[in-house]
Amino acid sequence: MDRRRKRANYALQSQTDANELSKKELFIMMGFIWFWLVAVMIVGYVVLDGFDLGVGILHLFLPRSESEKKASLHSIGPVWDGNEVWLLAGGGTLYFAFPLLYASAFSGFYLPLMIVLWLLVLRGVTLELRNHIDVGVWLSLLDGVFGLASALLAIFYGAALANVLRGVPLQSDGYFFLPLWTNFQPGVHPGILDWYTVIGGLVALVALTLHGALWLIIKVSGELEKRARNLINSLLLGLILLTVVSLIGTIAVRPESLNNYRHYPLTFVVPLGVLAALAGVWWFNRNLQPVKAFLSSSTYLFFMLAGACWGVYPTLLPATTGADRDITLNRAISGPHTLAVGLAWWLFGMTLAVAYVVFVYSRFKGKIDADTAAH
Amino acid sequence: MTPELIHRLHFAFTITFHYLFPQLTMGLGLLIVVIKTVALRSGSQEWDSAARFWARIFGINFVFGVVTGIPMEFEFGTNWARFSQLSGGVIGQPLAMEGVFSFFLESAFLGLFLYGEKRISKRMHWFSAVMVWLGSWISGFFIIVTDAWMQHPVAYSRLPNGQFEVLSFWRLLLNPWGLLQYMHNMTGAVVTGSFVMAAVGAFYLLDGKNKEFGKIFTRVGVIAGLISTIAIIFPTGDLHGKYVAKHQPAAIAGMEGLFKTETGAGVVLIGQPNEETGQIDNPLVVNNLLSFLIYGTTKAEVTGLDRIPRDQWPSALPLLYYSYHIMAGLGTYFVALMIAAAFLLWRKKLFSSRWILWLLLISFPFPYIANTAGWMTAEIGRQPWLIYGLMRTSEGYSHVVSSGNGLFTLIGFMGLYALLGLLFTVLVYREISHGPAAQTSELRTAIAD
Ligand code: HDD
Ligand code: HEM
Ligand code: HEM
Repeated sequence: MDRRRKRANYALQSQTDANELSKKELFIMMGFIWFWLVAVMIVGYVVLDGFDLGVGILHLFLPRSESEKKASLHSIGPVWDGNEVWLLAGGGTLYFAFPLLYASAFSGFYLPLMIVLWLLVLRGVTLELRNHIDVGVWLSLLDGVFGLASALLAIFYGAALANVLRGVPLQSDGYFFLPLWTNFQPGVHPGILDWYTVIGGLVALVALTLHGALWLIIKVSGELEKRARNLINSLLLGLILLTVVSLIGTIAVRPESLNNYRHYPLTFVVPLGVLAALAGVWWFNRNLQPVKAFLSSSTYLFFMLAGACWGVYPTLLPATTGADRDITLNRAISGPHTLAVGLAWWLFGMTLAVAYVVFVYSRFKGKIDADTAAH
Repeated sequence: MTPELIHRLHFAFTITFHYLFPQLTMGLGLLIVVIKTVALRSGSQEWDSAARFWARIFGINFVFGVVTGIPMEFEFGTNWARFSQLSGGVIGQPLAMEGVFSFFLESAFLGLFLYGEKRISKRMHWFSAVMVWLGSWISGFFIIVTDAWMQHPVAYSRLPNGQFEVLSFWRLLLNPWGLLQYMHNMTGAVVTGSFVMAAVGAFYLLDGKNKEFGKIFTRVGVIAGLISTIAIIFPTGDLHGKYVAKHQPAAIAGMEGLFKTETGAGVVLIGQPNEETGQIDNPLVVNNLLSFLIYGTTKAEVTGLDRIPRDQWPSALPLLYYSYHIMAGLGTYFVALMIAAAFLLWRKKLFSSRWILWLLLISFPFPYIANTAGWMTAEIGRQPWLIYGLMRTSEGYSHVVSSGNGLFTLIGFMGLYALLGLLFTVLVYREISHGPAAQTSELRTAIAD
């Protein structure tokens, strides 16, 4: 034990004096890589679980008959659990790459996170259990809980992202604790919900509903498909308005968000990408190309999240209490050894994971046929 | 109540509830592969329906495992923030690997296994059953590696800011504590799976309906049960115990209720530890046995609590002692039951011996109790350390979360989980009373109804 520790200390020691500079560069490089790897996992989660959340929200009003409800649920049945794994794998990656961020954010957002956990529990259980129950009244109850939990989750995710963009009242030790709401003003001591984060929640709600509707168009047929199609343009209009409002809101609440863009003007492609993706949804939907419309909406989600990440980078969690308290990349990142070890298995593991995902989606591709749906 | 206590209860309650489901997933996963293999080889309709029946129960159980598992992943951050901040570089790795290497695998193939029977070939369906089983065992491995590092930290160094970091990937994964714990724990999962399968079989045989299936289930359950109940004591429990004795003397002293260091220490079969007087009340002791079990000789000296500073005693001593005795006591009973049942199976008398079928039926809750008690032994025995010898539990909880907030969410989880428990029971009860036969006439997908 002792010898081992000595060796470890020695290793650290030699790290600090030998070729200081390149180590430091490597370290910065690592920070950059892991920041974007975590971001990729979050995007993966939002794009994939996003459509099944959206189908859940639509479940509240879109499918009418029992067979339509079954068809709609069958479109996500085999994949929702796998989609949710992106959240777990992303959370785990965040945990070891940026332990301070994980610790500070998860304990500081304690109350809303617990509510999110309860919603995830309710949603998973109601979705699966529907298959095992055949009494109409209970089915309606399950449907209602499933739909509401999906809608609330979308709102919470949007609000969570907005909370990160706005910043939180970090203390000097890197921790904070937020109440659910105060006076709905995003000041130095905001609540989880203020006008800005509520807008964030609404953007997510509408964006994921649209995303889910586009998925349904790919997967189901008949009346249900038609109704989903009819919904697209009004959802799209709402989303465009909300997106613009939220962009303006972000700049109003945290003008620094523009700094990176000003330094690297090329990156203004991100907001352009957002707009182009929205136009793509409209165009492909009009031309009855549902897969491309769905990919456009995925692109929208990607650009929105990438834009948000770029807006804070290299800060991970901004402080409302003064920039010197920001949780920055360099402050939160794990040791170099941890990150190097992590990179090796992460690349290997995620390649495998993507292969499974592709495999499963290819097995379940195409419309839900009537006989499966009739179960 | 102090925040520390609330956070401990919070974690203990949610993880204990979670573990009720994975233990069946992991045990049943293996048994389903066995049944599917027989079905594929013999082409028997009956074994095929048997596999489909268990797949439905597996599906229900899996969902409950998933939804109770997700909160666990987050509780490290919500309730144990300071612990996570310092240990994330180590602990976070196996946790993230669990997601990347096993949950993706498991969820992908489970979708195929439950929903895809009509879309893939028989062989492919068998293969997805195998992958689901593998996924669940890989998941168990990574989570045990995580726990093992807290029990017996290896392959780490500390950065200037106090954070732990991994020095060697392989030494972290091949932590000897983890390997021993893994063998013992997975065997425990198979015990649960076997008892549940045997109990359902016994139920059908006693009830007189679905008798043919009853025979299949009891047979598979009893054979797997015999092997796993023996393996859980010897070699896995035995080896694990020796390792604990070597590295966590305070835990073993507490488990055995050994207040005084003794040469030729005995094993207390029953008796109540009394922390005030420092002795066991009303003990029934087998002399020299403990020394023998740990060191292989009746003369060896075993460290008692008297040699251990009071502030390093496990903080819930009686609970530790009782948990351990419940686990080991039930383990002994399991072996006896399974030997008797296997003997009758061999003599072709099992299916008509109502008394032993009754015993098999009512015994299915006991492996759950033994597994829970085993984990309580491990976790309470580790106290007052959060990372053994390096970080105390009192230094690890989220100091920004007040006890009021913690209590609120603890009660929330209790209410929600009470509801889940009820739902689970009703659903599984329904599947069992419908029986496997109902499915054979119509070709249905496994879960879709
Ligand atoms: C069906 C379940 C079951 C049964 C019958 C037994 N165990 Fe067990 N035991 C477990 C299920 C379990 C477990 C849940 O799997 C634990 C908790 C942590 C772990 O890795 O395994 C465990 C832990 C555990 C520990 C470690 C405690 C620590 O880490 O501090 C020891 C020394 C034993 N067991 C020993 C035994 C012995 C000697 C048994 C036989 C009489 C026995 N177990 C039966
Ligand atoms: C990888 C698996 C596990 C990890 C990493 C883990 C970790 C922890 C942590 C962080 C705590 C809180 C701090 C403490 O009181 O020490 C804890 C406590 C506890 N855990 Fe585990 N645990 C694991 C598995 C389990 C399982 C499967 C069970 C039971 C079925 C369990 C039962 C408990 C109990 C009863 C406590 C409370 C101990 C006490 O308060 O003295 N744990 N564990
Ligand atoms: C702190 C400890 C734990 C955490 C963070 C945790 C986390 C999780 C999560 C997030 C899931 C859902 C996976 C999905 O979405 O597919 C899950 C399921 C599972 N867990 Fe845990 N878990 C813990 C303890 C344990 C222990 C101690 C074991 C076994 C040794 C275990 C074995 C499993 C298995 C086999 C599954 C798969 C499906 C099922 O639950 O039936 N877990 N766990």
